Amino acid sequence: MKLPTLREAATEARLLLIGIPVLIWTMIPIYHMFVFAISPKEDAFSGKLWPDHPTLHNFAIVFYQQHYFLRDFWVQFGNSALIAASAGALTLLIATAAAFSISRLRVPGGRIVLNLALFTYFIPAAFLAVPMYRTMGNYGLLNTSWSLILAMVTIASPYAIWVLKQASDKLPVELDEAAVMDGATSLQIFRLVYLPLMMPSLVAIGTYAVLLAWNEYLYAFLLLSNDRDITLPVALGNFLSADDSPWELLMTTGFIYALPPAAIYYAFRRYMVGGLTAGAVKS
Amino acid sequence: MAITISASDSAISGTPGAPRLSTPQVWGIVLIAPYLLVFLAFVLYPVGYGFWLARHPASYVALYHDPIFARAAVNTLIFLVIGINLKMLIALFLSGFFVQQRTWIRWLSVIFILPWAVPSIPTILSVRFMLNPEWGMVNQLIFRFTGEDGPNWLNDPAVALAMAIGVHIWKSLPFWTLILMTGRLAISLDLFEASDVDGANWWQKFRFITWPSMRPLYLTCTLLSMIWTLGDFNSVYLLTGGGPADLTHVLSTLGIRYLRLDELNLAMAAIVCAMPLVLPLVYFMMKRLSR
Repeated sequence: MKLPTLREAATEARLLLIGIPVLIWTMIPIYHMFVFAISPKEDAFSGKLWPDHPTLHNFAIVFYQQHYFLRDFWVQFGNSALIAASAGALTLLIATAAAFSISRLRVPGGRIVLNLALFTYFIPAAFLAVPMYRTMGNYGLLNTSWSLILAMVTIASPYAIWVLKQASDKLPVELDEAAVMDGATSLQIFRLVYLPLMMPSLVAIGTYAVLLAWNEYLYAFLLLSNDRDITLPVALGNFLSADDSPWELLMTTGFIYALPPAAIYYAFRRYMVGGLTAGAVKS
Repeated sequence: MAITISASDSAISGTPGAPRLSTPQVWGIVLIAPYLLVFLAFVLYPVGYGFWLARHPASYVALYHDPIFARAAVNTLIFLVIGINLKMLIALFLSGFFVQQRTWIRWLSVIFILPWAVPSIPTILSVRFMLNPEWGMVNQLIFRFTGEDGPNWLNDPAVALAMAIGVHIWKSLPFWTLILMTGRLAISLDLFEASDVDGANWWQKFRFITWPSMRPLYLTCTLLSMIWTLGDFNSVYLLTGGGPADLTHVLSTLGIRYLRLDELNLAMAAIVCAMPLVLPLVYFMMKRLSR
């Protein structure tokens, strides 16, 4: 091993001088949450950087629902999971069909639909929330899982269609032509040619929609209100309304809630980075 | 092309003049119909309904006389102009850092993406408690080192808004850094090698190579981020709740405030007031992306 020259060492030091603050900045809120989650109540409020007696007791309280605020934890966890999975599946179904129709079948008016979707994608979600809330009321869907699932599909599918359309434009048309020569119907092309080739983009979009729905707070808190209907983020928000909120339990629940999306993200990171950043901004 | 397929199909069916749809086109309509239904039921109808609710001039007069609305508009502008530009500049800088070929930087980039990967609610609440004047970690540390009580962070509107901007930057910085990194990686290395031969310093390399090729991407990202930040409800609502005294509201939380006060007309009117800001941005983005 050769010793680094002075110049190389200086470069390395400069990089570290950027890297260390970046690491600290990134980790502080997450670390703080983690310290709370493993702190007994007395330690949590003493502002220690590491608890004197780290414990998993808080996790036990959450898992066994041994607190007033947590009595429906598993139901709410289930709601979150169900809504995220349904929104993901439905978004994939609708967006894939639409992208196939626009990009491969060249449906008349496809361009207009694509532009409408793109326009929807650019409406800030918080602006659509209030009218959406009233609309769900008019449809009689308030306080049902369907309201949140449909709202999430509405928000996720424009981007999904756009990314999938970009991706399917890249598939060679000769594939479709050859399949038509062999007498394949449109549906057979969709199922046997299109879907297998689009798999990486589909994984990316599915993950995107699932994470979007799992992480959603605003719509969930507007559309759902009964304790047994709400999703985990709404339950977390409800902690705040009490004056004597059990913050160590709130942070524990938050930590548990943050784990699945982080795990999913890292598991599919390969697809996400390639599939989404390519579509997110075309330079 | 798919067009030729449908053309040959209609040639086979052989009814000149009559605009019959070919089978692929029928399937195309069937497959696009679900999204159209979603769009009609959950975008077009709510938006139309919202505009209809916002039709009374009286709502706008009421908004004009509500000091909270003016404050929210100013806060939104501060959020966008200062917050977004600061975020994008940092992202531009950090993208240069993360493209360096080092094993430890690759690992750091995996950690760096965490804020984007985890949901914002728990982390924002974590920050909120960190800033708690009595029990929060920040003030406890200040007390331990200086013996003085720390400031009541979220009780000063200016500081609270700055903290909300900080939370927003914390959350979305990784995403934009990642995007700008792809832009940097697309620049040909030959250019940098040639400039090394010519003895260019880092600023000249940035000024004459990196920036010219990154500029379109950087501008697109900034605009896109501005549009999305207009809809950033969580950073403000969960950190400050709009307080103290409703002085840190932004347009996205204001709608919810009026909804809570049961003033739906005002909520919609406030959103309509933001349209002159949103629509040009949206128009510009659509021109850029649908090229």
